[in-house]
Amino acid sequence: MAILVVLAAVGLAMAAAGAGRADPMQTHGFIVLLFSLGFLCVLLNGYFAPEPSETRLESYYDDPSKAGIVIAMAWAVFAMFIGDWVAWLLAFPDLTFDAAWSSFGRLRPVHTTGIIFGFGGNALIATSFHVMQRTSRARMPDQFSPWFVLIGYNLFCLLAVTGYFMGITQSKEYAEPEWYADIWLVIVWVTYLLLYLRTLARRKEPHIYVANWYYLAFILVVAILHIVNNLAVPASFAGAKSYSAFSGVQDAMTQWWYGHNAVAFFLTAGFLGMLYYYLPKRAGRPIYSYRMSIIGFWGITFFYMWAGSHHLHYTALPQWVQTLGMTFSVMLLVPSWIAAANALLTLNGAWHKVRDDATLRFMMMAAVFYGLSTFEGSFMAIRSVNALSHYTDWTIGHVHAGAMGWVALITFGSIYAVVPWLWKRERMYSPALVEVHFWLALAGTLIYVFAMWNSGIIQGLMWRTYNDSGTLTYSFLDSMVAMHPYYVARAIGGLLFLIGAIVGCYNIWMTIHRPSGAPAPSDDAPLPANLQPAE
Amino acid sequence: MFGTHYRIERKSIALAVAIMIVASIGGLIEIAPLFTIDDTVESDPDMRVYTPLELAGRNIYIREGCYACHSQMIRTLQDEVERYGPYSLAVESQYDHPMLWGSKRTGPDLARIGGKYSDQWHTAHLKNPREVVPQSIMPRYNWLSESQLRTKHLGDDLRALRAVGVPYSDEMIATASADAVAQASPEGDIAGLGERYGDATQIRSFDGDSRTVSEMDALVAYLQILGKLSDAAHQPPTPKE
Repeated sequence: MAILVVLAAVGLAMAAAGAGRADPMQTHGFIVLLFSLGFLCVLLNGYFAPEPSETRLESYYDDPSKAGIVIAMAWAVFAMFIGDWVAWLLAFPDLTFDAAWSSFGRLRPVHTTGIIFGFGGNALIATSFHVMQRTSRARMPDQFSPWFVLIGYNLFCLLAVTGYFMGITQSKEYAEPEWYADIWLVIVWVTYLLLYLRTLARRKEPHIYVANWYYLAFILVVAILHIVNNLAVPASFAGAKSYSAFSGVQDAMTQWWYGHNAVAFFLTAGFLGMLYYYLPKRAGRPIYSYRMSIIGFWGITFFYMWAGSHHLHYTALPQWVQTLGMTFSVMLLVPSWIAAANALLTLNGAWHKVRDDATLRFMMMAAVFYGLSTFEGSFMAIRSVNALSHYTDWTIGHVHAGAMGWVALITFGSIYAVVPWLWKRERMYSPALVEVHFWLALAGTLIYVFAMWNSGIIQGLMWRTYNDSGTLTYSFLDSMVAMHPYYVARAIGGLLFLIGAIVGCYNIWMTIHRPSGAPAPSDDAPLPANLQPAE
Repeated sequence: MFGTHYRIERKSIALAVAIMIVASIGGLIEIAPLFTIDDTVESDPDMRVYTPLELAGRNIYIREGCYACHSQMIRTLQDEVERYGPYSLAVESQYDHPMLWGSKRTGPDLARIGGKYSDQWHTAHLKNPREVVPQSIMPRYNWLSESQLRTKHLGDDLRALRAVGVPYSDEMIATASADAVAQASPEGDIAGLGERYGDATQIRSFDGDSRTVSEMDALVAYLQILGKLSDAAHQPPTPKE
């Protein structure tokens, strides 16, 4: 409670400071203030509630996970809607309001942050709370920290997204929020790390299960990346604007070291943690190979951190760094495919379930897309391929093969698995709707990715085509006009994906609100011995 | 090897420390030397800094997310050099906090856009791109001409930039607000401006309306300086002594 009061005071101070110079930070001050006062009310309301019984300490603490999953789905629909909107804007640029907040440049980070941090981040936090308690067979050490992490994290997301609408941005891709939001995230993140380590310290299992290695790597490395890349000097403590500590080539390298490893440790390691728990649980099979888990994990942790410079081929970045980045990007294929193969081989003996169960099929398809997009990534990191693909829509297609095909599919699969467990239901409200969601998501992803492959390669080729007299054949405008049909196709693919997510929300909502029949077999029973990594 | 791991994975702190060490190596080896190896950034003693007006324009460019669709980095490829001009050098963005190299060309590269089009073209194009280029898919920025540029606190911006290594003098910081207004008002007090920022500084009303200094003035001033802060890229490479 004291923390909320302090937060409210900080909000008020920010509002006052911002008001002093009519800076947009003023609005953020009010948001922080209202946010903390709102939760203060909730907390005070609960003050007179009867003392909870001691038996609660004998079960896992899942309320933050439940809240996190609902919030993640809300972010998913919001951010996918914005994403599809900006996709239509590229085909029909006047499909927007005549206002600053609704222009492409401000909406685009709303989409990326909403998906990566809003949808992905909340899903990771919610599932990591669930997984770390089950695999440690220990309850979280206290009830305050998980709520602080979840709610504090969403305050960060809210500050980020509202900031973009007002034009508050550092312009560093996937690290756009300004200095005060960054500092707040550090506080939240350190709490998250401590919570994780404290829960692990209480574990009744001698070994730390492989899913936890990935979640731990996700938390630790994201902290390092976030702090280094966001080093900046604010122009004034009364304003939102800050200037990056790095400039030019060093800034570019730091940014893409961050950017690429946000993909590695936010969008890969964290979600591999999900995969390594929910896929074997749902399939009822042990992880195929303990050794492959180890090689995959340490390979990814080590190789990924070198790969960022492949975003800067043929630029003013020194050649030796480009070459290192390319080399490690190609080597990265080995641990990536080991992780993907480990997941798919785990399904041996359970393939009939993949056929019948759309939830498990979500996870299987995610592993397939993970394998495909890591192959594509290594391929695109080769300098001569990158000469064609860089700056084009091919990159966008690659990112979405990963984000839709891998990250979103594994998340939906895990959510469909965990929702009945958490809410003690026999199964999802409608398995048929899970099936519908699966095919919508798969069709949307394929349409999107094929459209972007086509447009990207055509774009890249048009830019470098020479005619017989030795001059460039196409103007830039020619290449842009040629993109139109692919941009329409892409927006349709995105729309299918969005509809799938809305169907998923409805299904989850009905599962939660339908009166439960017989409490389902949940996963709360001690884990079967074959899930332990020991050999 | 797997025996060691069998022990590490039983200790959460050991596991956490091992992850941090293994993950730090790549970044340390690739990033740290960029700050110490002198060859990384060419030297250009004549490199100019952004004037307060250009800096304000750059901040509008950042605010509106222009970098999401326009790169500012011409790669060392023949077709790019022929399309956009000499390839970009590291020195040209050495005062860019942060850099705006970009990662996507939904629109063309802007690293050398300065001076290629007139102020009138830029102003009309920003107000409604489809009036000038019918097939364009760029958003309209028609409100920029009506928004007055906020110049009052530009000194703070220059001071922060000096803290991270841009050579702004005390005098530049003190006169930042006045300089921003002066650069877009040719009738104003412009004598000191050329002295502080060099004679090549472009002084005129960029949006064609000299009564006020608008955000359009600042953004066009910035676009017109892109690629013109240093001549290093246009000179033939000098052999090392």
